[in-house]
Amino acid sequence: MADDNTNAAAYWKANVRTILGCLVVWAFVSYGCAILFRPLLAGIPIGGTDLGFWFAQQGSILTFIALIFFYAWKMNRLDAKYSLGE
Amino acid sequence: MDQFIINILFVGASFALYIGIAVWARAGSTKDFYVAGGGVHPITNGMATAADWMSAASFISMAGLLAAGGYANSTYLMGWTGGYVLLAMLLAPYLRKFGKFTVPAFIGDRFYSNTARLIAVVCLIIASTTYVIGQMTGAGVAFSRFLEVSNTLGIWIAALIVFLYAVFGGMKGITYTQVAQYVVLIIAYTIPAIFIAMHLTGNPIPMFGMFSTHTESGMPLLDKLDQVVTALGFNAYTADVDNKLNMVLFTLSLMVGTAGLPHVIIRFFTVPKVADARWSAGWALVFIALLYVTAPAVGSMARLNLLTTVYPDMAQQTEDYDAAAQNPILYEDRPGWIRSWEDTGLITFEDKNSDDRIQLYNDDSDAFADKAEEFGWEGNELAVNNDILVLANPEIANLPPWVIGLIAAGGVAAALSTAAGLLLAISSAVSHDLIKNTLNPNITEKGEMLAARISMAGAILLATYLGLNPPGFAAQTVALAFGIAGASLFPVLMMGIFSKRINNRGAVAGMLTGLLTTLLYIFTYLGWFFIPGTNMLANTPENWVLGISPQSFGALGAMMNFAVAFAVSSVTAAPPREIQLLVESVRYPKGAGNAPHLSRH
Repeated sequence: MADDNTNAAAYWKANVRTILGCLVVWAFVSYGCAILFRPLLAGIPIGGTDLGFWFAQQGSILTFIALIFFYAWKMNRLDAKYSLGE
Repeated sequence: MDQFIINILFVGASFALYIGIAVWARAGSTKDFYVAGGGVHPITNGMATAADWMSAASFISMAGLLAAGGYANSTYLMGWTGGYVLLAMLLAPYLRKFGKFTVPAFIGDRFYSNTARLIAVVCLIIASTTYVIGQMTGAGVAFSRFLEVSNTLGIWIAALIVFLYAVFGGMKGITYTQVAQYVVLIIAYTIPAIFIAMHLTGNPIPMFGMFSTHTESGMPLLDKLDQVVTALGFNAYTADVDNKLNMVLFTLSLMVGTAGLPHVIIRFFTVPKVADARWSAGWALVFIALLYVTAPAVGSMARLNLLTTVYPDMAQQTEDYDAAAQNPILYEDRPGWIRSWEDTGLITFEDKNSDDRIQLYNDDSDAFADKAEEFGWEGNELAVNNDILVLANPEIANLPPWVIGLIAAGGVAAALSTAAGLLLAISSAVSHDLIKNTLNPNITEKGEMLAARISMAGAILLATYLGLNPPGFAAQTVALAFGIAGASLFPVLMMGIFSKRINNRGAVAGMLTGLLTTLLYIFTYLGWFFIPGTNMLANTPENWVLGISPQSFGALGAMMNFAVAFAVSSVTAAPPREIQLLVESVRYPKGAGNAPHLSRH
């Protein structure tokens, strides 16, 4: 039982760490690149405008998709590693 | 063949398909009715979620919002997609593991409180009802434009179709019709977009075409668009936004609102396993993104196309925009699609300076007023409703009549699929949370099934009535539905999973704080219960606290919800041991479907 609990706690900690990592990227591309840091990225031209605009209308959405699939893949591995999958 | 006949054929064929699915997918048990039996493939569920999510507003209005606002309205794109990241990581897998049928069921059980359950039901009903009114009116508009029936009849037809598959099939019928509706709506959206991208840039992929060269001028498309709109006194399309705090908070409000909307969350209860819920969120976003990365291309291209239709000289490479601006087309020479939309009243023309030509410019701009006077212009003469951009696209691009028929079917599909999802969220909250879990726990399976069907029929009638007589708050979907879902439901759902310490009192206090502060802020600027004239402050940026608009307040409401829930929980008793075990059990996928049955159930 104690082993089970430590194992489960380690799994949960790994999950929370993965989520935090993903949310840092999530915030960086949307609130960062697309909004707050847009003036800093103004020098990087892309198709008639700047990189910040691209992140706001395309890049952030594409990154969100990649993040969810990465998370699903990573969690499948954690489920197996800690034998907590279904 | 006559366009009207083609539209009837396309819409009729799509209805036949939905009704066929309704006959095939009848619900045999409450599990079928609430969660489609729980055996939906993650990719199928992803597609159904995309249709559930993409409403009449996404299909019809979003490209127009982007066309009008340019960069500033990127908030909608990021907000309505970024919420899926939160959903996939913070809510969906654990709520799937919990294994119950509704969102209030989790809140009621986890916080061992029927008060919390009831507040959740109230929030769900307000948010979903506000949302569903827009779908009913959207369906009415699509019907009246394409099928030449009255708005009222259009809403009744929409209600009848939803009735057929939602009352008999419940979530099972809704799931498979949503898949069909997704296919219809995405084809309808992308085909005209591909043609307009080809026409303007030679690139068949709209999301790339938008960032490539405008064929006629040889300039980058967005560069050209910026020059054209600024030459007419509008803000540059790609111009940055000054009020970044509001932009950040608005985007965050849309994201937490998206993650907290019950009709989206319950879609993830239909997949077999926890891991499927995670994959399914990814697929949902892929299917949503197909439309969302295309919408900005449609918006920017349609705007450029409209302006260069009015000012043909602006289309080529030119230094002298003033000369081009003074040579707009004669009203007589306007293209056919402007004529046909004039008939609907969504485009109107008034020759203010009696020169027989069309002037389309920003007459609100003080900076441009001198130039307009110099040109002899006396105000903007062509008023174009932003909502027509997507619907008019096939005509603008001279596409064959069947594409217009497809757009008609797509607009109706977008409205019906979202309406059905919302109606299921409302009716299951009534039959499962109110009747089964609160009023009459001893109800039989058969009795609950009947209650679910009656609730569904009642919800459809209510939505139809409100669609026919839209109340004042109907236009406030963004502020009200997303504000409440984000400020009230999202935080407690998340805390219920990620904290074992949040107790019944903390959750109730947090939800009420989020709900009431958000409503208070909205009512301050938009009027008490949206009654015109009862607002305490004018709804202008100068009056907003720190420049935060009423629509952006949901994120702050959510933060207050978190803070109050933590504060209250920390000074009151910790949740009982069985609740702590419940939290443990939702965190680990192992044993899904065998969630512990609690005393309050």
